[in-house]
Formats: sequence, structure tokens, C-alpha cells
Amino acid sequence: MAKIKIIFFFFILLLNNISFAKEPSKLISEIVNEASVILSSSDPVEAKIIRLNNIAETSVDINGIGMYTLGKYRKDLSEDQKIKYKKLFKSYFLKSFSSRLVDYSDPKISVVSEKKINEKYTIVSTVLDETSKNPEIKIDWRIYTKNPDRPLIRDLIVEGLSLARTQKEEFKSILQNNEGDINYLFKSLEEFIIK
Amino acid sequence: MKKILKIFLIAIISQVYILHLHAGSDGTLEINSKTKEKSAEVKDCFETVNRGIFAFNQGLDKIFFKPVAKGYRFLPKPIRSGTSNALNNLSNVVTIPNNVLQGQFKEAGINTLRFSINSTLGIGGIFDVASYYGLNKLDKEDYGQTLGTWGVKEGCYFVLPVLGPTTVRDTLGSLANFGGGDAWYNVTIANDTKYFENSDYYYSRLTAGVDFRAKNLEAFDSLENNSMDLYASVRSLYLQDRKRKILNSDETTETMNDDDWEEIDTQ
Repeated sequence: MAKIKIIFFFFILLLNNISFAKEPSKLISEIVNEASVILSSSDPVEAKIIRLNNIAETSVDINGIGMYTLGKYRKDLSEDQKIKYKKLFKSYFLKSFSSRLVDYSDPKISVVSEKKINEKYTIVSTVLDETSKNPEIKIDWRIYTKNPDRPLIRDLIVEGLSLARTQKEEFKSILQNNEGDINYLFKSLEEFIIK
Repeated sequence: MKKILKIFLIAIISQVYILHLHAGSDGTLEINSKTKEKSAEVKDCFETVNRGIFAFNQGLDKIFFKPVAKGYRFLPKPIRSGTSNALNNLSNVVTIPNNVLQGQFKEAGINTLRFSINSTLGIGGIFDVASYYGLNKLDKEDYGQTLGTWGVKEGCYFVLPVLGPTTVRDTLGSLANFGGGDAWYNVTIANDTKYFENSDYYYSRLTAGVDFRAKNLEAFDSLENNSMDLYASVRSLYLQDRKRKILNSDETTETMNDDDWEEIDTQ
């Protein structure tokens, strides 16, 4: 009996250590459904924002996007500046993310297809249904799949326009117009966060 | 002088229409190494002046286009859909020659059929009967895109008063419409036909602009509220959109060099 117990114990232990690769399209379906539940709830806006931010923190590669949007300037940052930037970018991203979403009352997004680009990236194509106000919108999600057990969203491509790319060029413009001084970007981010 | 004013007015309304063309089309994503060679940066010539003009255009949008678009939203949906369909149908007269110029003969055939069916059975394009017969709507094409597919580079990016963002190439493309490249312009303005008035052209272009703005009210608001440098965001979106359309993005929407993504390792 004791032997069976030991085997059972190790079996459970093994099960806990086995990780299952998550399909990127499943990730998108899950977070879209989760967001839909939050947005259609009667919760106050502040509560919705907190819940939406929780989704973003677990399913979006915020650090990766932050580094990407810095472009060539990321190579010039000191460690301290990197830490400060990551912190500011996270706050900026979450504020921007939730404020973009919170206006939608109950978005209906369906997954259309999934295409593996390489080991690191898969593109999930979805469609945001037409409403009385807006036409149907195609949204592609760039999913970072280097760790297949924990796929993360790195970009949204709305009707072919990359949000990360747009963000990157916005930051580049701020830096270029201020002689590449990262402190100006920090200042702009801080202003946006407290706005 | 009157003629110059007329061309200027047409150019203004056409630019609004071009913005409309930029809005609706398909997109799937595929990283394509070929895009690397197409990723050369477009120069923003006279950025300081451009920013001033952009601010002026923003003001104009606030006092004219946005309120009109909001009012347009109150129209019943069938009226808005019918208007949108009719304008889309009309855009075929520019798309079809550009399909041919780009060697897209199949698309030219489909668009010609769509135009014929919708203009007749669809009562001037109000109803998209062609889709019912399996002839689905395709991407729009314009002369700027055609120049792009022929290898003409963008030239400088700049912002025109009222007209908004453009490049040297796209402006040249727009001018082709007035040189006989737009059949709708030809029958309404260039030639004196007893069937159409000049005003038909102006109204159609203006309505296209308002229709586009109405469809994107929330998107524009969101962009405005979430941008730290709205000018730079609009410039990026405009250039991305044009590149994607020139590449006819069923094959690729990743229109710029994206090596950066490959470098970033967070897992």
C-alpha cells in the first residue's frame, strides 16, 4: 500500500512538472473572452481597468514591446536608465491599453486563423465584428512563442497597421527632436501617465 | 484663376477621398525578407512646417469634419451603408485602370463585373448585389499605388493644408486623376455632359470624406488620446498603410524591416 502511495505521489509530482504548450490562438480566444466579460460587466470603470490590466500583465510581453519601441536607442541606455524606462513604459502601456479598450462595451472578436512564422513567432488573425458604429476590423496578433508554454502578445496589427511600429516611431520622433536625450522621453512618459 | 481654384478644390476633396481609400482593405501578416529592401526610411521634409500645417488641419477637423461626421452617424444604418456602397462602387473607375496598370488582370475583370452589376442591378451601387453572386469586394487601387508598384520611391513625406499627409509620389498619383485617369472626374467636370453636374463630383468626394471620418470617429479619438506625439503617429500610420497597399498585403503586411523583433529576447 505504501508503495502505491509513493508511486501515486511521484505521479502527481510529475504531472505538476509537465508543462503543456499553449496554442497561440487559444491564448487569444481566452483573453478576448475574458476581456469581453469584463467590458460587458456592470463594474465601475476603475474596476474594469484593474481587471483589464491584470490580463495585459499576464499575456502581453510588456518588457519586450518596451525594448522594441526604443529602437536603436535601447543600446545606449545605462542599467539604471533601463530600469527606469521599463517601469515608466509599463505604466504608460497599461494606461494606454486600458483606455483604448474601456470604450468598447462588448467587443465580439473571433479567431479566423493561425500562422506560424518561425519558432519565435505565430500570427493569429482575428476579426472584430461590425457594430452600428464601426465597420468590421481585422486584427492580427503577433505572438511570441519562444517559450511555447507561455506565449505572449507582442504586437497588434489593426487593418495591417502595427501598433508597436507606430509606437516605436512616435518614441523615435520624440528622441530625435531632443538630440536623442532619453530624459525627454522619460518626461513625456511621466506626463502621459499623470494626465 | 477660376480654373486654379477649381483644381485646388478638387485636390482637397480628392485627398479626403484618398484618406478614405487608405482606410478599408484586407490584411494578413507574414514576415517577408523581401520587405527589407523596401524599408528605406521616408524623409520628413520641412518637419517644422509640416507640424504647423498638421496642427491647422487638426483645428479644421475639429470645427468641420468631426462635427459633420458625428451628424452623419445619426442617419439610419441602411442609408449609411447604401451611401458607402455607392461610393465604393464609384471608386472602381479609378481602381480598374490601376488594376490593369499593375498587371492585375483578374482583379480588373472582377472589379469590372462588380461595377457593372452593382451600377445596374444594385441601383447605382447602393446595393452590393455582386457580393451576393460571389464577386467579393477587392482592395482599392490608386495611381500613387501604381507608381509604387512600378518602383517609384515615395520622395519626401509632407503635410498639405486641408489635404493632410502625403508623399511626392502620392501627390503625383492624385494629379493623374485630373489628367484623365478618373472617369468620374471626366464625366462630371472635364467634359460637359448633360447627365452630370460639376457639383456631383464635389458632393461625392466630400461625402466619401465624411463617410470615412464617421467610420473612424472612435479610432481617431483613441489615437489622439493615447499619443504623446500625434503628428509622428499619423505619419507612421500613413506610411505603413501606403507601403502595405503597394505590396498588396494579402502576401505581406509587414512592410518594414523588422529585425528589431528578432533581437529582443525576453524569454
